[in-house]
This record gives sequence, C-alpha cells and structure tokens, in this order.
Amino acid sequence: MMAVHPQGGWIIALSFLAALLLSGIPFPGGLAPFRPDWVAMVLIYWCMALPHRVGIGTGWLVGLGLDVLRGALLGQHALALAAVAYLTLQTYQRIRIFSPWRQAFSVLVFLLVEQVLVFWINGVIGYPPRDGWYLAPAIGGMVCWPLLFVVLRDVRRYFQVT
Amino acid sequence: MFAINPTATLRLGLWVALAIVLMTVDHRYRYLDGVRDVLATTVYPLHYLVGLPTATKHWLIENLASRGALLDENARLREKQVFLNAQLQKLITLEAENRRLRSLLESSVNAPERVLIAELLAVDFDPYRHHILINRGRRHGVYVGQPVLDQQGVIGQVIRADLFTASVILATDPNHALPIQIHRTGVRTLALGTGNFQKLELPHVPNHEDVQTGDLLITSGLGGRFPHGYPVGTVTEVGFDPGSPFARIIARPVARLDRIREVMLLEKPPMLPESATPATPGPVDPPETP
Repeated sequence: MMAVHPQGGWIIALSFLAALLLSGIPFPGGLAPFRPDWVAMVLIYWCMALPHRVGIGTGWLVGLGLDVLRGALLGQHALALAAVAYLTLQTYQRIRIFSPWRQAFSVLVFLLVEQVLVFWINGVIGYPPRDGWYLAPAIGGMVCWPLLFVVLRDVRRYFQVT
Repeated sequence: MFAINPTATLRLGLWVALAIVLMTVDHRYRYLDGVRDVLATTVYPLHYLVGLPTATKHWLIENLASRGALLDENARLREKQVFLNAQLQKLITLEAENRRLRSLLESSVNAPERVLIAELLAVDFDPYRHHILINRGRRHGVYVGQPVLDQQGVIGQVIRADLFTASVILATDPNHALPIQIHRTGVRTLALGTGNFQKLELPHVPNHEDVQTGDLLITSGLGGRFPHGYPVGTVTEVGFDPGSPFARIIARPVARLDRIREVMLLEKPPMLPESATPATPGPVDPPETP
C-alpha cells in the first residue's frame, strides 16, 4: 500500500462534484421522496475502494459543501457524512467482498444512520420530521447502489485511480 | 484484523466536535454570515449548472415554437393586455380617490409598491423544508423578511439573503405562519404551512364564525411584513368538530407553489418604520406572529 503512488485525485473530486449536482435534481412525481443521497453513496464507495485516501475528513468537507448548497445548518451534513465515512472505514474489509446486491444492505444501514443524524439535528433546531417518509431516501439509495457501484468501479479502473 | 481502529474513532470524535461547534455557532450567533456568504458565492456556479437543463429546455421551447403558435400567443396576450388596461384605468381612478379620502381622514397613505423580478434557480432543496432559491441577493437589495409574490398571490418571504442569491421560505413550510384575513367577512387569523404544497391550515377560527368553501384569503397586513390585501389562498374545506372550540379549516394557496418560475419581491415602501421587522430574527424561524 505504501508503494502505491496515489493518482487520479481529480476523478474523486469530480465524482463528488457530480454527486453534489445530482443531489439538486429532483426525482419525478411519486418517486420524489425516494431520491437517494448521492453524496453519501459516492463517499461510501470511495471509502470502501480507497480507504487510505478517502476518509472521515473528506466526508466532513464534502458534507460542509452539501450544507452550503442546501442552505442547511453549517456542519449538519458534515457530521452525518463523517459518521458514514467512519462506519464504512470500520467495515470495508467485510463489505468489499460482497456482491453489489449484498453490499446494498450495508449501504442501507449507513444511509439510515445518516438520515437519522440529520433529522436529529433538524429536530433540535425546531424542524422535527412529520412522518416516516424522511427515511425513504435510504431505501432509494439501497436500490440505486448496485448501479452506482458498477459505474464508479468502472470509472476507477478506467482512470486507474489508486 | 477486523478490530475497531482507535485512531479512526479518535478522528471521528474530533470531526464531530468540530461539526457541533460549527452548528452551535451558526445557529446561535451571526459570526458565520460572512463565511456563508463566501461559500454561497463559490457554490453559485453549481446552482447555475443544476438549473441549466431546465433553462435550456425553456429556451428550446421558446425558440422552436412554430410561427402559428407564436401568432396565437401574441393575439392572446394582446387581448389580455386590452382587458387588463381597461381594468387598470378603473383602478387608477379608484386608487387616486382612495388616497384622497385617506388624506382627508388623515390616516397613513399607502405608498404604491415597487417590485423586483427574480427567477427561481431550479434547485430542489431539502424536501422537508419548503425553501426555494432565487437569483437575486443583497447586491440587488433583497433583505430578510421581504415579501415574495407571484402573479397569483403570496408565495412566502425571504429567509436568508446572500450576496447573489436568496432563500425564500414558502407559505406552506411547516414552520411558516402568515397573518391573513378572510376577504368576505374580515375575520383575521393565521394561515399555517403544512408541508403540503396544496394545503394551508387556519387553526384559530372559532366554530361560530361564518366561513365557507371558496372564500378568498388575503394578507391582513398585521405583523408588518406583508402589505394588506394580497391574495393568499381559497378555503377548500370547512369542518366543524362539536368537541373543539375551533373549526377545522383547510385552504389551498392561490400561487402554484410547486411550479414557480418567476417571483416578484416587494420592495419596502418608504414610510414603513424599520422597527416593524424584528431586529434580530432567529436564524431559522422568521415566521410571523400576529
């Protein structure tokens, strides 16, 4: 691992940028509540694939970007994504060997933790969730995970991001 | 090999602590406004990029419209303009008369309001808060608490004004309350947001009040943020519960809040006293109280 010269950092940055952009685009009609948190999913992927490069600090900074973009409390998504990165880093050795569909269940758990953290903070500042729908993005994320995983894996291999 | 990595836990602790400090400072104090300004300006290109497909679609629709369709639209708009002009003539005389009568009564004269047009940056925010982002900011004179309307009626008010953009809280946000009046009877109450774009709640109307479906709600002007008389919604449902002292009234906003493209920001009439808006509104709760 030490001998590997890190390269392709711009691909990682670009994928986060694309995820931030995607998180601003709504899903159509009835699927709207299921819009996954793309940023968290991209973060989970990179933490799993390159745990020596992407970690808690990266998650925190990207989360701060999401806060600014969404007009949320500064630090809210930063905290949640740092936690997601931590969970991924603690378990990546086990998850990495699963098939994408089995990985999706672990991803669901991480995304649920993220949603709950974000909504705890929302509750503290006076926006308690009104119903259970706030957990729907985690389910959407689980369904979209295999697709995202395959796309990002191919991108990583093609550009030889290490 | 699968043991918990203590350094990672420590680092998580540090980052979480930093996030908590940041959130506390952001929530309680106003020190971070400058930081947020800078950050918001740097992400402005992102907002622009997100909105680009929608903008391109509208541009294409406008440019690829057939000549016949354009002629049709032209004729329709011309007809509408004649109609509106006729109405406006009546309005001008009425307004002049109103002002004369008011000055006779020595009551305050309602200054005519000016508007600033802003476009929605087609960005979907947090789905649990009805906030939208518009492409006008402090540079253009937008201020926190500024009323926002569209062609049909009230949309909401500015909740945060950055340098080039501003966030608007919609009247349907669950944390928003709007002082209103039922046009037909003059009953004053509040319209609370419900989190549903089609629904406003009027919780404090006594059972014996005369409210019917179809009644128009207008802003009452209390609270000092919204001027009197702008349409807000129409009553769609009136239910009486014998056990409760208040009627259950649901209204639908007249503005199509889920498909906004252009909004109007009312500029502050010069005679409105500064103290009408609270000096330090909370960072996340600008809703008005009656």
